[in-house]
Amino acid sequence: MSTGGDVPAVVVDGVGMVFNEGTGGEVAALDGIDLTIRAGEFVTLIGPSGCGKSTLLRLIGDLLTPTAGGVSVFGRSAHESRTGQDYGMVFQHAGLFDWRKVQANIELPLELRGWSRSDRGARSSEMLDLVKLDEFSDHYPRQLSGGMQQRVSIARALSFEPRLLLMDEPFGALDEMTREHMQSELLRIWGETGTTVVFVTHSISEAAFLSNRVIVLSPRPGRVHSIIDVALGERTPDTREDPDFFAAATTIREALRSVGGAE
Amino acid sequence: MKLRRLVQRGTSLGPAVVVGVAGFGLWEGTVRAFGIREFLLPKPTSILAELQAEWPVLRHAGWETGRIAVSGLLVGILAGVLLAMFTTRFRTLNEGLTPLAVAVNATPIVALAPIFNAWFGITGTLSNQAVVIAVVFFPVFINTARGLTEVHPDEIELMHSYAAGEWTIMREVRVPNALPFFANALRVVAPLSVIAAIVAEYFGGPQDRIGNVITSNAGFARYDVAWAAIAVASAVGLALFAAALLVERVSMPWRLAVGGSDSNNNPGRET
Ligand SMILES: Nc1ncnc2c1ncn2[C@@H]1O[C@H](COP(=O)(O)OP(=O)(O)OP(=O)(O)O)[C@@H](O)[C@H]1O
Ligand SMILES: [Mg+2]
Repeated sequence: MSTGGDVPAVVVDGVGMVFNEGTGGEVAALDGIDLTIRAGEFVTLIGPSGCGKSTLLRLIGDLLTPTAGGVSVFGRSAHESRTGQDYGMVFQHAGLFDWRKVQANIELPLELRGWSRSDRGARSSEMLDLVKLDEFSDHYPRQLSGGMQQRVSIARALSFEPRLLLMDEPFGALDEMTREHMQSELLRIWGETGTTVVFVTHSISEAAFLSNRVIVLSPRPGRVHSIIDVALGERTPDTREDPDFFAAATTIREALRSVGGAE
Repeated sequence: MKLRRLVQRGTSLGPAVVVGVAGFGLWEGTVRAFGIREFLLPKPTSILAELQAEWPVLRHAGWETGRIAVSGLLVGILAGVLLAMFTTRFRTLNEGLTPLAVAVNATPIVALAPIFNAWFGITGTLSNQAVVIAVVFFPVFINTARGLTEVHPDEIELMHSYAAGEWTIMREVRVPNALPFFANALRVVAPLSVIAAIVAEYFGGPQDRIGNVITSNAGFARYDVAWAAIAVASAVGLALFAAALLVERVSMPWRLAVGGSDSNNNPGRET
C-alpha cells in the first residue's frame, strides 16, 4: 500500500502551540515538536495528562493551527490534506449521531464525498463485516453497547479508506476485556488496510501492544522526551505474555516516570 | 409489534379514562348534593346540554378561534426556527439576542393584547393573531437556538475533519440535535396558542369567537354556555397538543426505538 516514493505520512516540523496567545491567560501546550511518521506506520503518543497529546493530534488533523512551525501530511500542508479529505478521526467519545442508524452513521463520510447510494451500501456492509456488526446495521447507536459503538465509530473512520487515521483515546471508556479485543481488531484492520495510524493513549500496555513506535511526551509545554521502537512482530493474543512485550512496557514506563507522569 | 404497541397505548390510557369519568361523576354529584348554584358551577350535564343547544355558534367560534391559534402557531414557529438558524450562523448575534429573548419571554406577553389592538386594529383578527405569534415565537426561538448551539464539540470536530462546511454541519448535526429541544417547545406552545388567542379575544376582534362567546354569555349570566365554550376551547387545545406529540414521534424515530423518552422531556444528551 506504500504510495509512490518515500513521502512520509506526517512531518511535524518545529511545532509549538500556545493557546490564547496575546491574552492574559496564555497556555503553552507544545514546544519545538519534531516528528516524522512513515506511511503505514502505527505510532502512539503517550504522556502525562495535559501534556498536549490531544493538541498534537488536532494540529496534525488541522483542527488547530500551530502558533509555531508547520505540519505536512503526505507532502501537503495539513490544511490541504483535511480539505482533501485524507483524515479519519476517532475520539474517546464514540461520537455517533443518535439520529442515524448504524449503517447510516458509517455512510456519513461517504455521503459527504458524494458517493452513490449503491456504492455506499456496498462499502458500509463491507465495513460492518470488518467490525463484526453486520446484524446491527439497522439499529440506532443508543441500542448498542459502548464497545459496539466504538467499533461503529472505527468503521466510520475507515469507510472511505483515509490515508491517515487519528485516534484520541478511542478505547479509554472500555473495560479491560473489550479493550484488548478492540486492540486486536484494530491491528487486524490496520494490517488489512495499510493505513497510517496516530494513536493517543494513557495505557502503557496498549501503547506497547499496538505500536511500531511510541512517542513519549513531557509535560508543560509538551516536548518529545523519547521515541521508543517496539519490535514485537506480528501481534497475537500470546504477545501479551511475551517477555519482549513486558520489556517494551517497562521501557515505556521508565520513560514516563522520568518525565514525571503519574501513570 | 404494532398491535402490541397499540394495546400498550390503550392500557396506558385506561387509568386516565377512569379518573376522568370518576371526576365528572364526582363533579355532578357534588353540585347536586350541595345544591351549588349554576352561576357558581354548572353541572356537567347542563354544560353538555348547552353544548348541544348552542352547537352551531360554538362550532363556528371554536373553528374561528382555532384558525387564529393554528395560523399564529405556524407563523410563530416558522419565525422562531428561522431566526434561531440565522443567529446560530452568526455567533455574536446569537449571544446578543438570546438573553434578550429570554427576558422578553419572561414577561407575560398576553398582557400586551390591548396594546396590540391599538397597533393592529381592534375589529380585525390581525391583533389577535399578533398576540398568538408573539406568545409562540419566544419559546420556539429560545429552545431551538439552544438545540442548534449545544452540540458536542467532538461532533463538530468530526465534521471538520471530513472538510464539511457550515451548511452541511447545520443540516447533518445542528438541526437533528435541535429536534428534541424544538419538540419540547412545541408541546408548550401548541396549547398555549389557544390560550393566547382566547385572551386576545377578550380584549377585541370579531364578536363570533370563543373569547367573546365566553365574555358575552358570562355577562348575561349564562354560565353554562360560557362553560360549554370553555369545553370547546380545551378540545381545540388538546387537539393541538396531540398534534405536537405526533410531530415529535414522527420526526424522531430514533428516540422511540431507544425506548421512548416520551414522558421524560429532557432533550439533553448524555456524555
Ligand atoms: N482550547 C484550549 N484553550 C486553552 N487551553 C487549552 C485548550 N485545549 C487544550 N488546552 C491546554 O493545553 C494543554 C494540553 O491539553 P491536551 O488536551 O492536549 O492534553 P492531553 O495530553 O490530551 O491531556 P489528557 O491526557 O488529559 O487528554 C492543557 O494544559 C490544556 O489545558
Ligand atoms: Mg487528551
